[in-house]
Amino acid sequence: MCFKAKRLHRLALGPVLSLLGLTSRLAWSDDTKVNQINMPVSVTEVGASIYNLHMTIFWICVVIGVLVFGVMFYSIFAHRKSRGVTPSNFHESTTVEIAWTVVPFLILLVMAVPATTTLINVYDTTDADMDILITGYQWKWKYEYLDEAGENLTFFSNLSTSQEEIYNREAKGEHYLLEVDEPVVVPVNSKVRLLITANDVIHSWWVPELAVKRDAIPGFINETWFRAEREGIYRGQCAELCGRDHGFMPIVVNVVSQQKYTDWLSDKQAEAAEIKALMAQTFTLDDLVKRGKDVYARDCQLCHGANGEGGIGKAIAGSSIATGPVATHLDVGIYGVSGTSMQSFGKQLNDVDMAAVITYQRNAFGNNMGDMVQPLDVFNHKQGQ
Amino acid sequence: MGEHHHGPAKGLKRWIFATNHKDIGTMYLWFSFAMFLLGGAFAMIIRAELFQPGLQLVEPGFFNQMTTMHGLIMVFGAIMPSFVGLANWMIPMMIGAPDMALPRMNNLSFWILPPTFLLLASTLFMEGGAPAFGWTFYAPLSTTYAPPSVTFFIFAVHLLGLSSIMGSINIVATVWNLRAPGMTWMKMPLFVWTWFITAYLLIAVMPVLAGAVTMMLMDIHFGTSFFSAAGGGDPVLFQHVFWFFGHPEVYIIILPAFGVVSQIIPTFARKPLFGYDSMVYATASIAFLSFIVWAHHMYTVGMPIAGELFFMYATLLIAVPTGVKVFNWITTMWRGAMTFETPMLFCIGFVVLFTLGGFTGVMLSMAPSDFQYHDSYFVVAHFHYVMVAGAVFSMTGAVYYWLPKWCGRMYSEPMGKIHFWISFVGFNLAFFPQHFVGLAGMPRRIPDYASQFADFNMLSSVGAFIYGGSQILFLYNVISTIVAGKPVSDDKVWEGAEGLEWTVATPAPFHTFAVPPRVK
Ligand code: HEM
Ligand SMILES: [Cu+2]
Ligand SMILES: [Cu+2]
Repeated sequence: MCFKAKRLHRLALGPVLSLLGLTSRLAWSDDTKVNQINMPVSVTEVGASIYNLHMTIFWICVVIGVLVFGVMFYSIFAHRKSRGVTPSNFHESTTVEIAWTVVPFLILLVMAVPATTTLINVYDTTDADMDILITGYQWKWKYEYLDEAGENLTFFSNLSTSQEEIYNREAKGEHYLLEVDEPVVVPVNSKVRLLITANDVIHSWWVPELAVKRDAIPGFINETWFRAEREGIYRGQCAELCGRDHGFMPIVVNVVSQQKYTDWLSDKQAEAAEIKALMAQTFTLDDLVKRGKDVYARDCQLCHGANGEGGIGKAIAGSSIATGPVATHLDVGIYGVSGTSMQSFGKQLNDVDMAAVITYQRNAFGNNMGDMVQPLDVFNHKQGQ
Repeated sequence: MGEHHHGPAKGLKRWIFATNHKDIGTMYLWFSFAMFLLGGAFAMIIRAELFQPGLQLVEPGFFNQMTTMHGLIMVFGAIMPSFVGLANWMIPMMIGAPDMALPRMNNLSFWILPPTFLLLASTLFMEGGAPAFGWTFYAPLSTTYAPPSVTFFIFAVHLLGLSSIMGSINIVATVWNLRAPGMTWMKMPLFVWTWFITAYLLIAVMPVLAGAVTMMLMDIHFGTSFFSAAGGGDPVLFQHVFWFFGHPEVYIIILPAFGVVSQIIPTFARKPLFGYDSMVYATASIAFLSFIVWAHHMYTVGMPIAGELFFMYATLLIAVPTGVKVFNWITTMWRGAMTFETPMLFCIGFVVLFTLGGFTGVMLSMAPSDFQYHDSYFVVAHFHYVMVAGAVFSMTGAVYYWLPKWCGRMYSEPMGKIHFWISFVGFNLAFFPQHFVGLAGMPRRIPDYASQFADFNMLSSVGAFIYGGSQILFLYNVISTIVAGKPVSDDKVWEGAEGLEWTVATPAPFHTFAVPPRVK
């Protein structure tokens, strides 16, 4: 209740503060983001010049607006018939008409200068310290840290807000819809070049505080960059309508110290090495089912239901695929079913997870197939067809 | 020949076989109002879902169908046909012509519309649902990833284009050929001028839209790859083609509105328009410039910097003639003797709010800042200021302004004023906060949003319900005027009105200017 009252209080104050030009500073602490009314100032140099450009044009518009509407409202007040005025009949004045064509033109000319320099800066992607390849998928992001040795670090980043929160069955968390399972991590003060593309439809990678928005277009690679000057967690969302769950593919960028970044990177690389080792291993049915259960909850449950009962997707319980030949089951999991919402998970899941989840589906929800799929089977299946 | 010459046919036949410009105009106006209510109903669903964070009423897939259908129906079903209706009624009466130049084609271009929108609306009940890719239908979401109903959508767009092109040819032919003696180009009322230029814009860009959807059709059904990179095509090509149509389209929507406002303000200021010539030239320059700015909708697709700069400079230029228009309206009011009947209120509302939309337009045209604004609610706010407070307000004003001439009865002034004020407040409540959430980072076309945007979204929804509700009052006012309004018989309904349409009897007889008037 108290929370609500505070929010309403802010709501009333927000516009007033903004008029006083105070909000841009206030908007800063994490707390006042609620009911923020202006563009964030950004933690990059380019972002700061974009913000300044934005405010400059805003104030020019305010001044023009005050003048123009001032004249109009004065006229509405003074030149009304009820005050007994007689209309004058003047019209056409070449001087006035030339003035109000030339003056706006000059104002625009002045505004074009900072716009041009900022744009040139945005387009300068040279001398980057690191490159990240970002791929938009329906409806998640893939990040690939490009490495000269070819040992790229790759992971997917999914919305981590629960369906329970979205459907109002649970209270919404602080970062409702703006939280992911794996954030992008980058070092502070480094020039990060982003190579942006998409796998299916057009998406757009937008983080307001980094002042980056660039479309992710299938078949093309766009380039842009940022250099975050302050550590922190910056959140954004996909900005181009990309289908059903367009509203549910957030972006989280974690800007950390160089040291923390190096630690994170080596942890991640170790993890990748571990998966690689696991790929060669043979698992027991129990191990696979256990691992598969988590994978199912993360990647399948949304469409196929917590008990395999189906929903957006078909039922897994008793399905002819999950209780049929393994090869067909693998096909569906790896390549998806085109023309349906069953997407291909072959790139998103590593072979261990794929093996686990397929095994799980064959041995859960009353599907007692008793057989299992090993990571190597997945690997071979991918090679074989 | 014979009897049909003297009065309208009886019953349904009068409408189905209508060739009279007034009857066809009336049908256009009622049809567009029906579409306005339908598109409005979709908007209410959208705003109801966005009333609070979380998913309450509809699923995300259906939400996308609603945003798509809302946009398509409002642009192609409500705004455009309403101005064609107005053109049908007013252009012949303003230039002293007996009718439109091509009456049978006129009939056809209207009667294409109802079945087309029926077809479009029926996609809602099809397998896979209605189009859900936004009114801008970017490929490949609208091709490879589209629901099967997209084929019907494509057909509907073709039919709409056909109807618009026929309507435009008719207007062009009428203005060229049927002006009364003495009605020289530079004596034409501004509404006629703006429509004349708009008609050329339509003839130029509708085929481009048809080309875009035809390429989609080929990609979907005949294995081509215009918009698919995998086959050597380019998804960005779609956007170039679409916006080559789309940007002139927004001026197709607003130019006739400029015309309306330029008729109404002088009437209630009791003073001639300040700069008639410069208004005509400004309209023509806007029309020309509208062809070379399209990629300002695409700053984030990754164009080369030279392209970005070109489109940025060209877009900034458009603000100059647009400013000239606004300055002209204000100097027309200056030292007039103003009264504030409902049509004037809607026009003043137009000038204020359209100008705000113009300001955000200038902000959006700055490519670097647009990287932050693009595809956010800031853009949604911008185009609702220019399209709703612009086009729809001026259309509403036009109905109040000419209704007494059309039906010989006066609407209720108090009810009209209440309608204006409720609309004005509701509109601003609905759309002003959208600037805030957009700048703060809320993307458009999402069914659910982060908690920090909750309060402004709630305000926005409340405003939208108020604005939507006020249209019922409008409908009531118009119907009660037609049925039982106070009769007016003066030819010149408004004291300060000028122009040929005010020289014919009130209500305007079925046939006007059978003998052309002589314009001095
Ligand atoms: C001073 C005049 C104007 C300027 C400089 C201007 C500029 C712009 C720019 C740069 C955008 C792209 C924003 C983005 O997507 O990031 C835009 C969007 C839009 N504008 Fe304007 N505009 C002006 C007037 C108008 C008028 C008169 C209309 C229509 C009546 C209009 C309708 C629209 C629409 C519909 C969109 C959004 C389309 C979409 O993405 O769905 N604008 N405007
Ligand atoms: Cu998206
Ligand atoms: Cu445009």
